[in-house]
Amino acid sequence: MGPWEIQDGLAFSAPTEPIPFSAPPRLCGENRPRCGSRWLAGLALLVLSGFAHATDPGWTAILDQARGQTVYWNAWAGDERNNRYLEWAADEVKRQFGVEVRHVKLADTAEAVSRVLAEKAAGQQDRGSVDLIWINGENFAAMKRQGLLFGPFTERLPNYRWVDTNNLPTLADFTIPVDGLEAPWGLGQFIFIHDQARLPHPPKNPGELLEWARKNPGRFAYPQPPNFLGTTLLKQLLLNLTTNRPALYAPATEPEFHAISEPLWQYLEALHPFLWRQARAFPVNGPAQIRLLSDGELDVALAFSSDAASSAILTGQLPETSRTFVFDGGMIANASFLAIPFNARAKEGAQVLVNFLLSPAAQARKQDPRILGGATVLDVSRLDPADRALFDPLPRGPATLSPQELGTPLPEPHPYWMERLEKEWQRRYGIRR
Amino acid sequence: MATAVRHPQVSLLVRRSRPAQALNWIPFLTFAVLIGPVAAGLVGTLLPAFGYLPALGGTTLNWGPWRELAELPGIWTSARLSLVTGLATTAGSLGIVVAFCAGWQGTRWFRRAERLLAPLLSLPHVAVAFGIAFLVMPSGWILRMLSPWATGFHRPPDWLTVQDPEGISLIFGLIVKEVPFLLLMTVAAMGQADAQRSRTVALTLGYGPMTAWLKAVLPRVYPQIRLPVLAVLAYGVSVVDVAMVLGPTTPAPLAVRLVRLFNDPELSLRFVASAGACLQTLLVVAGIAIWCVGEKGLRHWGICWIVAGRRNRRDTAARVAAALMLALSSVAVVLAMLGMALWAFASSWRFPEVWPGELTLANWEQHRGGLGPVLVNTITVAAGATLAAVILAIGVLEQEARSGRRAWIVSGGGLYLPLVLPQVAFLFGAQILLMVAGLGANWPALTWMHLVFVFPYVFLSLSDPYRAWDERYQQTAGCLGATSLRTFFRIKLPMLLRPILTSAAIGFAVSVGLYLPTLLVGGGRYPTLTTEAVTLSSGGDPRLIGLYALLQMALPFLAFAVAALIIARRFRHRRGMQTS
Repeated sequence: MGPWEIQDGLAFSAPTEPIPFSAPPRLCGENRPRCGSRWLAGLALLVLSGFAHATDPGWTAILDQARGQTVYWNAWAGDERNNRYLEWAADEVKRQFGVEVRHVKLADTAEAVSRVLAEKAAGQQDRGSVDLIWINGENFAAMKRQGLLFGPFTERLPNYRWVDTNNLPTLADFTIPVDGLEAPWGLGQFIFIHDQARLPHPPKNPGELLEWARKNPGRFAYPQPPNFLGTTLLKQLLLNLTTNRPALYAPATEPEFHAISEPLWQYLEALHPFLWRQARAFPVNGPAQIRLLSDGELDVALAFSSDAASSAILTGQLPETSRTFVFDGGMIANASFLAIPFNARAKEGAQVLVNFLLSPAAQARKQDPRILGGATVLDVSRLDPADRALFDPLPRGPATLSPQELGTPLPEPHPYWMERLEKEWQRRYGIRR
Repeated sequence: MATAVRHPQVSLLVRRSRPAQALNWIPFLTFAVLIGPVAAGLVGTLLPAFGYLPALGGTTLNWGPWRELAELPGIWTSARLSLVTGLATTAGSLGIVVAFCAGWQGTRWFRRAERLLAPLLSLPHVAVAFGIAFLVMPSGWILRMLSPWATGFHRPPDWLTVQDPEGISLIFGLIVKEVPFLLLMTVAAMGQADAQRSRTVALTLGYGPMTAWLKAVLPRVYPQIRLPVLAVLAYGVSVVDVAMVLGPTTPAPLAVRLVRLFNDPELSLRFVASAGACLQTLLVVAGIAIWCVGEKGLRHWGICWIVAGRRNRRDTAARVAAALMLALSSVAVVLAMLGMALWAFASSWRFPEVWPGELTLANWEQHRGGLGPVLVNTITVAAGATLAAVILAIGVLEQEARSGRRAWIVSGGGLYLPLVLPQVAFLFGAQILLMVAGLGANWPALTWMHLVFVFPYVFLSLSDPYRAWDERYQQTAGCLGATSLRTFFRIKLPMLLRPILTSAAIGFAVSVGLYLPTLLVGGGRYPTLTTEAVTLSSGGDPRLIGLYALLQMALPFLAFAVAALIIARRFRHRRGMQTS
C-alpha cells in the first residue's frame, strides 16, 4: 500500500521513501515551438480517446446532455496564471464539447460552500448557482458531512482511470475518504521562498528559523490564520515540534488538544516578538507576502505550490535570485479536488469539464512551469506512450526543487486540527490587548 | 403679453389642463422600489438576529445569537474601532473642509481647489484605498522617493503603517476620500446661504477672514450639509471594502468581521452575523447620537463665541495651515491614483525604485480576455440603475412641480435611508430573502439593488436645478397652445439636460463603486470592476490591482466626459445654455 493511505483513517504510516511525483522532469527550456506542436498532438489524442469511449453508453448520454449547458465554476482567483489556465480550459471545453464554462472568481472558497449551504437551507434542490467547486480540506469535509455533494461520480469519468490512486493522496482529503465525491485535480506542496541574494543559507528546521528570526527581527511573517497558508505553517510547525505525530491524524479531546499543541504555542511565544511588525499585523495572504518579499520587507514567503517561486520569477513578481527551501524531514503536501454540489444545474457539463481537466493533455499543460507548474495527479507511467511523451520533456522551473530536494511529503492532519488550531490562534494572537 | 403670463387666471387655466393626477402614483412607486428591498432586508436581518429563520432550522425567537456574538473574541474592540473610525473620519474631513472654506472662500485658490477636487469625487473608494496603501507602506511610494538618499534605507524599515491596530491609516484613507465630497457639498450649500455677502459684512465689521466665515456663514451652511456629514459618518462606521485594504486585522472593524461570519461555511454563524448587523446599526445610531451631542455642545460654545465678538484679525497662520491640510489630502489622493496608474503599466517595480523600470502594455494584453464580461456587467448594471434612477427622480420632481408640494417620500427622509443605514444591515437579509424566493443571482435583482443606492445621489444632485427651473417657460408654452406633455419634452427636459446628464454621471459613478451590494446580490456571477478588484487583490499582484483601479477611475470619468460631450453638442447653437 502507498504511504499516503491512512490505515483505518487513524494511524499514520510514516512514509519511508520519497514519493515518486510523476516522471522526473527533464529540461527543454528553449524548445517552445516543439512544445506547441505537442499540445496539438495531445488535443488530437484527446479527441481520439473521446471516440474510444463512445462505446460507453452512460458517458455518451452525459456528453449529449452536457452540450449547451453552462457550468459556473467557482474557483479561488488569487493566482493570475491559474486564472488564465482556467480560461484556456473553458475555451477548449466549449470548442470540443459545446459546454459553456464561466469562472466565478472567489477570494475565499468558503464563499461558495456557504452559498450552496444557504441554497439547501432555502429549499433550492435543483437550480443551484454553483456547478463546480475547486475545493479541499475542511471545506470538503463540511460539504461531505452536510450531504451537499453530488456523486460518487469520479469512477464514471473516462479519464479517471489514469489517476494515480496508489502513490498520491487522491483517495483521502485531509484524512477524510474522498468516496468518489470529488475528483483530484492538482497537487499542492507547502514550501518557503527566499531570495538567495539576501538569505543564502535558509533555516532547515523550526529551531534554526527561530534562531535566524532572532538575529534578523522583522524579516519573517506568516499570513494571518484562518488564511490557509498561515494555518498550514502552524500545522507544519506542530508536525515538526510534536513528539506525537500520529495524534494529528485524528480528532482529539480538549485536554489532548492542549497537551499536544503546547509546544507550538511555546514556539510562537518565542517567535512572535521577532516577526514582521512584532506580530501586531500580519500579511493578508500568501501573494501579499510574496509582494513583501519582492520589496525586501521580508526575507521569506510561504506558498502552496512547488513551482510558486519559479512562477513568480516568470511573471516578474520576484527577482531572478529567488529560490525555494524546505524543512528537513519534509513539508505538508496535499491534493486539491473538484466537486459538484448536489443541487448543481449543470451536473453533466461539470462532469465533462472535470473529465477534460483530467485528460493527459490538460494535465500536462497544467504541469508545464511555463504555463502553471505543479505535479500532475495522473500516473504518468501507465499512460499511452504518446500521452506520456507530453510529460517527459517538461522543464523544471529555475527555482523549483527536485522531488529529492523536496523530501518526503507529509500528509495533511485531520481537519479537526486545522479548525481547532485556527480558533486557538485567534484567541491567543487575533486580538491585540 | 409678458404680464399676461403671470396673470393668475391664465396660470390657473394652464395648471388645470395638466394631468397632475396622472403622476401621483410616482412617489408611491419610488417608495416601493427603494424602500421595499431595504425594509424586507431589514426584516430578513432582524428575525435571524433573534434566532428565527426556519430555512436554517431556527423556529423560535431567542437571545442565542446575541449571546454568541458577545462571546466572539474581541467583538467589542471591533465595535469600538468601527465607531472611532466613523467619528474620526467625519470630524477630520469636516474639519479640513470647514477650515479651508473659512480661510479661502472667494479667493482664486478656492475656485482652483474646487475645480481640482470635483473629479476626485467620482473615484471609487476601494481604488483610492489601494493607492493610499501603496503610498504609505514602508515599501511604498513616499519612502521610495526618499530612499536611500535621505533616509539611508536600502530596505524598507519595519514600520507599522497600513493595517495598524488603531486604524489610523484607515481613517486617513477615508478622510482624503471624503474631503472632496464634503467640500463640494459645502460649496453647493454656500450658494443658497448667501455666503459671500454675509462674509463681506463680517469683514467690514473688522473680523479676521476665517472668523468672519465661521461666525457669519457656518451657522447657515452647516444645517444644509448636515445630511452629507451624517452620511459620511454612517459610511465610516460601517465601511467594508476600504477597511479590508487599509484597516486593522487584529481584530478587524465590525463590518469586515460580519461579512466573514456571513460567508462562513458554518451556517449557524449567520444568526450571529445577523445579530452583528443589528449591532452595526446600533453603532451607526450611537455614532449619530454622539455626533448630535457634539453638535449641541459646539453650538452652545459657538453662540457664546460669536456673541463675545472677538475679532481675531491675525489668522494668517491658521489659514495657511488649513490650505496645507487640504493640499496634503488632495495631493495624497492624486499621488495614490498616479501610483496605481503607473503600476498598471509596470513590469516590475521594487523598493527603492522611484519609478518602474519600463512601462509596458503587457498587463493589459494578458487580461484583455477577462475584462470583457466584467466591463459589460459593470456598464449594463450601472446604466440600467442610472436610467431607472433618473426616470424616477424626474417623475418625483415633476409630480412635485405639478402638485405644488413635496412628496412625503422626499420630505420624510425615507429617501436617504440607504445612505445612512449600514449596508450589512439589510443586504444579508435581502440575500437570504432572494434565495428563499428562489430568485438567486440575476441581472434585474442586482440592478434593482444598485438603484437603491444610486437613486439618492441622483435625486440629491438633480433636485435643486429642477426646482429652480423657471415655471414661466411652461406657462408661455401653454399659452401658445402646447400640451403639458409637449412642453415637458420639448422645453423642460432639453433645458434641464445639463443637470440631468450630470446627475446621471454621478449615479453611474456610484454604481461602479458599489462593492457589498454587488457581491451579496450578484452572488459572484456578476463580477464588476469593483468586486473583481477586491477579489483579485487576494492575488496581491500590484500590477493587476493598478490595472483595475485605473479602469475603476476611467469609467466614471468617461461617464462625465460623455455627459459633457452631449451637452456641448446639443447646445452648440444655444449660447444661453452654454453655461449654467
